[in-house]
Amino acid sequence: MLYFSRFKVFSILLVFIIGFYFFIPNVLPLSNNTLFSNKKINLGLDLQGGSYLLLEIDSKPLVEQKLQSKSLELRRELREKNITYTTFRSEKDSLLFNFKVEQKNNLEQLLNDETINPIISSAAREFSAIYQNDTVTISFTADLLSLIKKNALEQSIEIVRNRIDELGTKEPNIITRGLDRILVELPGLKDPGEIKKLLGKTAKLNFRFLSNSNIDSSLGVDVLNSPKKDIQYNVDKRIIVSGENLIDAQPGFDQLTNSSVVNFKLDNLGARKFAMASKDNIGRNLAIVLDNEVISAPVIRDAIITGNGQISGNFTAQEANELAILLRSGALPAPLSIIEERSVGPDLGKESVQNGIFSLIIGFLLVVIYMFYNYRIFGLFSNISLLFNLMLIVSTLSILGSTLTLPGIAGIILTVGLAVDSNVLIYERIKEELKIEKNNLIAFDTAYKKVLTTILDSNITTLIAAIVLYFMGSGPVKGFAITLAIGIISTFFTTYVFGRFLVSIYIKKNKEALVRI
Amino acid sequence: MSLYGKKYNFLKYKKSFMAVSLIFFVLSILLFYIKGLNLGIDFKGGTVIEMKFDQPNNSDDIRKSLLKIDLGDVKVKEFGSNKEFLATIEQKGKNNDFVNSIKIQLEKDLNKKIDFRRIEVVGSKVSKELTMDGIYSVIIALTLMLVYIWFRFEWQFSLGSIIALVHDVIITIGVFSLIGYEFNLSIVAAILTIVGYSMNDTVIIYDRIREFLRKDDKQDIIELINDSINSTLSRTLKTSGTTLLALISIYFFGGEILKGFSFALIWGIIIGTYSSIFIASPILIYFNVKRNWEEVIDNTP
Repeated sequence: MLYFSRFKVFSILLVFIIGFYFFIPNVLPLSNNTLFSNKKINLGLDLQGGSYLLLEIDSKPLVEQKLQSKSLELRRELREKNITYTTFRSEKDSLLFNFKVEQKNNLEQLLNDETINPIISSAAREFSAIYQNDTVTISFTADLLSLIKKNALEQSIEIVRNRIDELGTKEPNIITRGLDRILVELPGLKDPGEIKKLLGKTAKLNFRFLSNSNIDSSLGVDVLNSPKKDIQYNVDKRIIVSGENLIDAQPGFDQLTNSSVVNFKLDNLGARKFAMASKDNIGRNLAIVLDNEVISAPVIRDAIITGNGQISGNFTAQEANELAILLRSGALPAPLSIIEERSVGPDLGKESVQNGIFSLIIGFLLVVIYMFYNYRIFGLFSNISLLFNLMLIVSTLSILGSTLTLPGIAGIILTVGLAVDSNVLIYERIKEELKIEKNNLIAFDTAYKKVLTTILDSNITTLIAAIVLYFMGSGPVKGFAITLAIGIISTFFTTYVFGRFLVSIYIKKNKEALVRI
Repeated sequence: MSLYGKKYNFLKYKKSFMAVSLIFFVLSILLFYIKGLNLGIDFKGGTVIEMKFDQPNNSDDIRKSLLKIDLGDVKVKEFGSNKEFLATIEQKGKNNDFVNSIKIQLEKDLNKKIDFRRIEVVGSKVSKELTMDGIYSVIIALTLMLVYIWFRFEWQFSLGSIIALVHDVIITIGVFSLIGYEFNLSIVAAILTIVGYSMNDTVIIYDRIREFLRKDDKQDIIELINDSINSTLSRTLKTSGTTLLALISIYFFGGEILKGFSFALIWGIIIGTYSSIFIASPILIYFNVKRNWEEVIDNTP
């Protein structure tokens, strides 16, 4: 136990050098250095400030939409195939109607047709039909529902990314979570308010005419509110051009009305549709509808053929800017709601780092003094191992690129307290062995041998707790689990291997002397 | 063999200690059912805002203003100084930017500049998930440790250590219920760490008991266990001492956010040390530990 081969000494030295190499950039501000690694510990959102947002997509409106379009399609097909149906209705995510029993075969054939009921995966169709007497119930399959969610999630994450990029935050992390969630991490963000506002709107834009009793509004009329004025508008359901045809939107200023506006540009298709509609409807009011609210309803004075237009709605400069961002980044397929938020301001983060480091230093000093008081020269060995231990923890965190959180710092401090445990175990054991064995070398050797299983057994139980925490915990708690786990492993190395190395050098020089611990 | 050459009789009053522990155990369960825990928003859902004003303020005015926004009950407490406050609001707003309207309301009513330093919002769905995750993680950790100890020792030891662990966890929960500290995710992390630490302590004494059992199969079991506790006592107290020193440093200097967390750990170290000496070890007497060990397991690596 006290003999270290050249290879072992070399290995310890190597670990020290590697540890030192990755530790230095964390404490010294070395910019453009070529000597040391540039990897640094990632500070968690709670330490550098920033926002963690968990968004959930409300896919209900999408399912309803799909149900509506399916019902339109079905009724058309039924009419075309001359299948008589009565009391067509929708109930809780399914469509029901009655049919004539003698037409059942035809109906079955129709509902089995691949164009009506497409195959979406090897085992699943879009909907299932259940026949009961003269009633058929058509309900969407679970596969279709999850497909709708999946598509919505894919579309949404792109648009969320666009919107966040527009605000120019640094290194946002945007990933999907499960079937219907998006996780957004925004490090260094000062005020999450603006982003939350942007994520709250679906931003579905369309242009429609105000309904005019003289002209036939074949598709019906919606009664919509206006966000700023206390007026209700009757708006045609027919959409002339929608936000999908938009290729650019920029905030601007209209000097005539002295207010902020949004200038937009349509693509070719949109421009053509817009030109045709405006040419035939000069004098009518064009409603600009955003998320089912009429922003403004200007009168068309001329045919608009360039595809360029302007939205005015008594905006402030900030509102115009936000609207432009929303229009540029596209509409969300479904509303997103923030179901979890954790935001920390940058100065609170800085304060936490200072508090954390200060309490680490105090804790460290207390432990170091305590150990030196209790074990003198051996306490010194244990303190050197403890320093080495701290350096290894920091450099391991840097190498793994894991995130240091406030509970993570607490984990390091806890390690400082726990780390000396192995040393205490060893030294207490040596004391006992020295009572029975007068030969220093043998006594020390036996103590190290005997204590190994104890050290392993006791550390493994704490390691189990840390691993469970890592897999079950979230955010800051994960950070605690990581430092605790790294701490346990590096403690084993620094006390049982490195500490033993120091002790062995000392004891070989004092073979005969009376050693007191 | 022992602390400063003295030998203590730890098992003399073993029944009294067990009775006291049992009483606290039952009281903790009663407290938990009657008074309950002061659950944080992690497990209950809601909104927490840490705010800082440019001038001193009082918590009542903040509370009155926050009650106007109609998101259920509001608790406000000073957080470090009379310019800093922590507001806990029962619900979360429906709008994504409801926090902003809270800020506007406060600035209007109090007429002071406010900085929202920390915002935490947890929806009811997420809080339910976090609760289940918390419960699962404690159960999984306990089970894995049980299996590990079973694997390394005899079943009696495994049972003894788990009884001590459950004792620690339940009484810690009782203490949190009694003093009304907020119970949140980081407290669950602290409890798991306590579980690990207490197990660590117990294992070290058990290790010694096993060693003595192998050495001598004639010694009276009560005496043997007492000797084991005594010979590891110095280590037990020194390690608890250093760990407490480190934790006390977090409690006093680590900032308000870590207060509850470090409190749980400090309490856990104390009860973990107590339970390994006064519960986990004496309980082995009643479990009929195997006496005739053969030296099959080699202690050397």
